[in-house]
Amino acid sequence: MKYDVCIIGCGVIGAAAAFELSKYDCSVLILEKENDVAMGSSRANSAIIHAGYDPKPGTLMARLNVEGNAMAEQLCKDLSVPFARIGSLVLAFSEEEEATIRMLYDRGVANGVPGLRIIDAAEIREMEPQVSKEARAALYAPSAGIITPWEYTLAFAETAVRNGAKLVLNAPVTGIRALSDGGYKLATPKVDFEAAYVINAAGVHSGEIHEMVAAKTFTVMPNRGEYYVMDKAECFRANHVLFQCPNQDGKGVLVTPTMDHNLLVGPNAVGVEDGDRVNNTAEGMAFVREKASKSVPGINYRNAIRNFAGIRANTDKDEFQISIAADRFIDLAGIKSPGLSSAPAIALEAVRLLNQCGFAPDKKAHPITTREKKRFRYMNDEERREAIRENPLYGRVICRCETVTEGEIVDAIHSPIPPCSVDGVKRRAGSGMGRCQGGFCGPRIVDILARELKLDPMEITQDGVGSQLLLAETKREVTE
Amino acid sequence: MTYDLIVVGGGPAGLAAACSAWEKGLKHILIVERDKELGGILNQCIHNGFGLHRFKEELTGPEYAGRFIKMLGDTGVEVMLDTMVLEINARHEVHVISAAKGYEVLEAKSIVLAMGCRERTRGAIGIPGDRPAGVFTAGSAQRYLNMEGYMVGKRVVILGSGDIGLIMARRMTLEGAKVLACVELMPYSGGLMRNIVQCLQDWDIPLYLSHTITDIVATNGRVSHVTVHKLDENRQPIPGTNLEFDCDTVLLSVGLIPENELTRAAGIEMDPRTNGAYVFENMETSVPGIFACGNVVHVHDLVDYVSAESERAGAAAAAYVLGGAPAGDALTVKNGADVGYTVPQRIRVSNVPKAADVFFRVRRVFKNSVIEVKAGDQLLISYKREHMAPGEMEHILLPRKLLDGVSASEITVSAKEA
Amino acid sequence: MKELVCIVCPKGCRLHVDEENNYSVTGNSCPRGAEYGHNEIKNPTRVLTSTVRLEGGLYRRCPVKTNKAVPKRLLMDIMQALNSVSLKAPVQAGQVVLPHVCGTDADVIVTKNL
Repeated sequence: MKYDVCIIGCGVIGAAAAFELSKYDCSVLILEKENDVAMGSSRANSAIIHAGYDPKPGTLMARLNVEGNAMAEQLCKDLSVPFARIGSLVLAFSEEEEATIRMLYDRGVANGVPGLRIIDAAEIREMEPQVSKEARAALYAPSAGIITPWEYTLAFAETAVRNGAKLVLNAPVTGIRALSDGGYKLATPKVDFEAAYVINAAGVHSGEIHEMVAAKTFTVMPNRGEYYVMDKAECFRANHVLFQCPNQDGKGVLVTPTMDHNLLVGPNAVGVEDGDRVNNTAEGMAFVREKASKSVPGINYRNAIRNFAGIRANTDKDEFQISIAADRFIDLAGIKSPGLSSAPAIALEAVRLLNQCGFAPDKKAHPITTREKKRFRYMNDEERREAIRENPLYGRVICRCETVTEGEIVDAIHSPIPPCSVDGVKRRAGSGMGRCQGGFCGPRIVDILARELKLDPMEITQDGVGSQLLLAETKREVTE
Repeated sequence: MTYDLIVVGGGPAGLAAACSAWEKGLKHILIVERDKELGGILNQCIHNGFGLHRFKEELTGPEYAGRFIKMLGDTGVEVMLDTMVLEINARHEVHVISAAKGYEVLEAKSIVLAMGCRERTRGAIGIPGDRPAGVFTAGSAQRYLNMEGYMVGKRVVILGSGDIGLIMARRMTLEGAKVLACVELMPYSGGLMRNIVQCLQDWDIPLYLSHTITDIVATNGRVSHVTVHKLDENRQPIPGTNLEFDCDTVLLSVGLIPENELTRAAGIEMDPRTNGAYVFENMETSVPGIFACGNVVHVHDLVDYVSAESERAGAAAAAYVLGGAPAGDALTVKNGADVGYTVPQRIRVSNVPKAADVFFRVRRVFKNSVIEVKAGDQLLISYKREHMAPGEMEHILLPRKLLDGVSASEITVSAKEA
Repeated sequence: MKELVCIVCPKGCRLHVDEENNYSVTGNSCPRGAEYGHNEIKNPTRVLTSTVRLEGGLYRRCPVKTNKAVPKRLLMDIMQALNSVSLKAPVQAGQVVLPHVCGTDADVIVTKNL
């Protein structure tokens, strides 16, 4: 069959575009090269919905960030995505930096960011008792928020799938050919697909996809950022997203609470060759610790529970690469920060560009635009009783650190985009996110996955393809 | 109905506490265990060496647990399996959930906390490199191997020379894996000498002291290589000393942390040195009627000592229920030179029978040495030791007679060369 | 002359064992050390603990051990012998799995009720 629209990449951008398009009367195909959605930049970032004072006025980044920020609250409510508008502070430690935050204030006002205020040291102290006494002033942006980014991606993608969009995993696009009757043939290692319109949302690989149909107009320059995730015991160190003044290396090291009440510290910013390798380095981790101590001196790194690194799809342009790149081919490319914040607005932009290409399907009469998700850990006592009455598996705690029940894990395994890995379950149910990092629940999750998917435990992976956890069975040579 | 005692956790600590409380006369006792069977971590510790102090013979972990489970079977103690405690509070309420019975709030006259400990992870020690499959805590790998029957790897590097890591070196080798190295950050091993000999030397597995893993490399989502460096005296990698290992697995045996989330949430005072609750001489916490014992208080090396400590906690819970709270002023026990912590941290002298047990760990390796207990500058008592090391928990008995004579409000335990 | 570290207690005495002189031990601080050094060079033995297959139990493996120490050189042979064992639940601690394993006077026994 020939699809109306094929979206390449199911990160937050591809997923948001799929969600938006799935509200229309058209067939949507999403091709994702990994074995799950949100496997690139979308799962490893600062998890911030930025207010929008950073991008230069007049840019797409400025407009889409502010629009995306405004959309986030209702979307997250409708799609059951953890989100909180906790506000952000950009801390100034010198006269020069005070000038920078005044410049950011002016930019923010020009960009239409609501509620911006410059606050003095006394007010910083009041809002953030743990912040360094050296902070002289700060730009306060009440509209900034924190979010669970892979859940945002999953919510868009799952709802799109429930609206009829087709998601194919493990399908890297290896070639694109224009068809004589218009539209494109997309080659993947197993099957070829055909679509009338193509959306390039391939993140760090969006340059390669672009060049399959058009002349090179931008260069992706993958940029790696490393982070610390701290135990909940450190969460009290920050009440808001705490930025430092932006410099040539990006927005600098931030300290922020997360939606799961951990503390997130990072990132650094290092240009790398390989956009798929997200390793941590001793230097990067030391850099993050040192820089973060300028904002919040007391962080106790003995309470670290995880390090991670993410890749930003930076380009040689100081702007998102959103345009009609070729006939019926739309780039949502080079989406770097504030890409997560802009995602739903970028999706609207994608629909506008499709309209410009002459594709204007009707809206469905009753598209699905809501999603429910049970999270035992956030239920009150009565809701818990009710959940266990409905499904006794909600009474069996599998992940003891985060209080995730077998009911939630089984629900996740049978969700619209079924996970096939321990980390896939983790992203959906929250198991293994806590202080023991899956030490206790890992073997039980493997067990449940194998049982529910009717697989041998030795087939279960930690995460991506090839990441099997168990390499052999003991006592194999039974002579019958 | 109000229970006389609810014990949180059915591992060795919880079993011993419940048995001893029963023996001291409590009738309505409940053990809440999250797993499907009693015995706790002993169920996966299939190696022998348990019980030399307690039973004067060498038992495996399941055999040691089996002895206590049998003893428990001769009492009227109730057990709830597959049940998780979500919350306890100072009013002695215990919130539990289970698939079988749903959500319940239980009430008790006393509570014993016996939740044990968990392993430190890669994230806690910040090993650089890729984050692929193939990095396991030794305990997780042990569960897969001994209970589920799976090998997590075939070519293994072990970081940390704690006993679980050493035991796993031997187990993986016996099951056909190649253990390439055991790498220890400190200049001495954290494990027992017996395990160094029988788990590493027996199988020609090299032990690299003052070394650590500085990089983990993945191929296709699985560990494929690690780099190890020698460390200088500031624990910084020395350039050029790298050792390279092609392997598919890294096992971590880098320490245990008492699991006290319930304790903290109940508002019980915590000791940052042990990561456990502050306890009195009878293992009572800062909340009257709530006791704690075993690895949830401080990490032990020998289960025999866990049992003994837990029996004291169980007996104290019985005394609390039957006779009311002990009175009297508390003497603070402080850790002095080269001593990391003490348990208990507070002694109510009037509540001490003949002597008070004090456990602690030294901060470095000692040959012929003395442990000194002082009140201010006044030496109260000293104990000789031929050998002490951070990996081996020390124990002294402070006679009641001696404690009765102390007029100061605190005493200090310290170690020094003789 | 062979050198080894005594494991009888945490002290870790360095023992010297003279194979040519009836395995006599020096460097020990106690008689137990002498006995350990003597045996460890003359005829080192170990208790082997492992698992065997289990069907119908709570877990897929059942823990076992040799009920006395066996010669160290036979450990891998006994491991091999255990590969051929498959038990059906219920099993009782103490139950013999392999009598006189590999020609020794030790039995392999179950160590847990399952």
